[in-house]
Amino acid sequence: MSKVRLLVGTRKGAFVLTSDEKRKDWKVDGPHFAGWEIYHMKGSPVDQDRLYASQTSAWFGQIIQRSDDGGKTWDTPGGGPTTSPQGMPMGESNKFVYDGVPGTHQWYDGTQHPWEFKRVWHLEPSLDDRDHVYAGVEDAALFESKDGGKSWQELSGLRKHDTGPKWQPGAGGMCLHTILLDPKDRQRIFIAISAAGAFRTDDGGKTWKPINRGLHSQYMPDPIAEVGHCVHRIAMHPSRPNTLFMQKHWDVMRSDDAGDSWREVSGNLPSDFGFPIDIHAHEPETIYVVPIKSDSEHFPPDGKLRVYRSRKGGNEWEELTKGLPQRDCYVNVLRDAMTVDSLDSCGVYFGTTGGQVYGSSDAGDTWKPIVRDLPAVLSVEAQTLP
Amino acid sequence: MAAMIRVVLPHHLRTLARVGSEVQLELNGEVTQRTILDALETKYPVLRGTMRDHVTHDRRPLVRFFVCGEDLSHQPPDAKLPDAIATAAEPVFIMGAIAGG
Repeated sequence: MSKVRLLVGTRKGAFVLTSDEKRKDWKVDGPHFAGWEIYHMKGSPVDQDRLYASQTSAWFGQIIQRSDDGGKTWDTPGGGPTTSPQGMPMGESNKFVYDGVPGTHQWYDGTQHPWEFKRVWHLEPSLDDRDHVYAGVEDAALFESKDGGKSWQELSGLRKHDTGPKWQPGAGGMCLHTILLDPKDRQRIFIAISAAGAFRTDDGGKTWKPINRGLHSQYMPDPIAEVGHCVHRIAMHPSRPNTLFMQKHWDVMRSDDAGDSWREVSGNLPSDFGFPIDIHAHEPETIYVVPIKSDSEHFPPDGKLRVYRSRKGGNEWEELTKGLPQRDCYVNVLRDAMTVDSLDSCGVYFGTTGGQVYGSSDAGDTWKPIVRDLPAVLSVEAQTLP
Repeated sequence: MAAMIRVVLPHHLRTLARVGSEVQLELNGEVTQRTILDALETKYPVLRGTMRDHVTHDRRPLVRFFVCGEDLSHQPPDAKLPDAIATAAEPVFIMGAIAGG
């Protein structure tokens, strides 16, 4: 019998939720790393018991954690007493150092500001090797580890792109939050940065191209700006890697040419502001968003928590409300806090800033809370286990 | 002659390094903030980067060092610490600043 494992990162620790394929009864394990912010956890597609977690704190910095037993036990991969030739301990697993001179990017007041590493927002394990993993960080850059997280090297072609000095932080910081690996072309990676936009590499990360044509951001002086767009999240179905769906600050967008051009598919959404976007595991044209009232009021319109589903790849949306609170609900759903499983009847899950994790075992038709009172949820990832 | 130094870590660093409330470090030579942190990171590499920057070795802004009831966080890292530290009569307290929630 298959199982589903949810990896939930919160403001105050990590939780692992497990259920059988019925997805009715859930076991909640945690908190792991109690008191620390867990921005993201994700398992390797090659070895599902190999998990990576980004543990971070404003006081004590960035820690990378790794598990080889599906989250039962964790370790810091470079934290052992390994000695370098110089005689000092290595302890490199938490070390994210920009390649060369970090340079500057645009600050909130329009001046240039030095790149400063703050935290890892997103970890994306490779499709082929459990020891190969990418990390999207704030201030925006892409790192990779090829030794299971023991050490990290920057793919600096991205940060050194000519447009780098024009990138600027969004309200949450200048974070690289989305990493999509193309299963049909191992040299192709998509990333997204708030607030720079989306980028694509076709040579394994050496060179990068902004892919923001068709994005329109209100109040930007240049209506066709190459960068500067506040992309909140991008989703890709593995069977159709040239089709991308984007939740932008405002607007839900779609590209069918690997990001070379975008068109708006917000359609009849009650608000096209939001953070997460995801795709049904078996239906590449079925997509999900959670509309949020506005960039000034980060909660659902009318106090009703509604997931919206389009079965036509956008434009035509249906509200999904069964089992979700339809009054007095003022939570938010953050960009990495929605996910799907790959069981025959696709499960959809999301976590809220109010600490609820909701699940649907029927592709969104009905919902129920899996757990109600966790700390604010930052991320949710699903693993479908044999 | 080697000195045995006592260091009290904050809760989150104790759990990270998997140690109790107080650790002991053997130190040769001068007893300073820098030599204590060097010895601490040598013994517990997972703590590298948590108290000071990986590269610059600057103290992280919300980490504080208390010695004999004094906040020495802004003292030069190579300043000699009181004899009470070198004799282990007093521990060095490393703390997270009281800020935030």
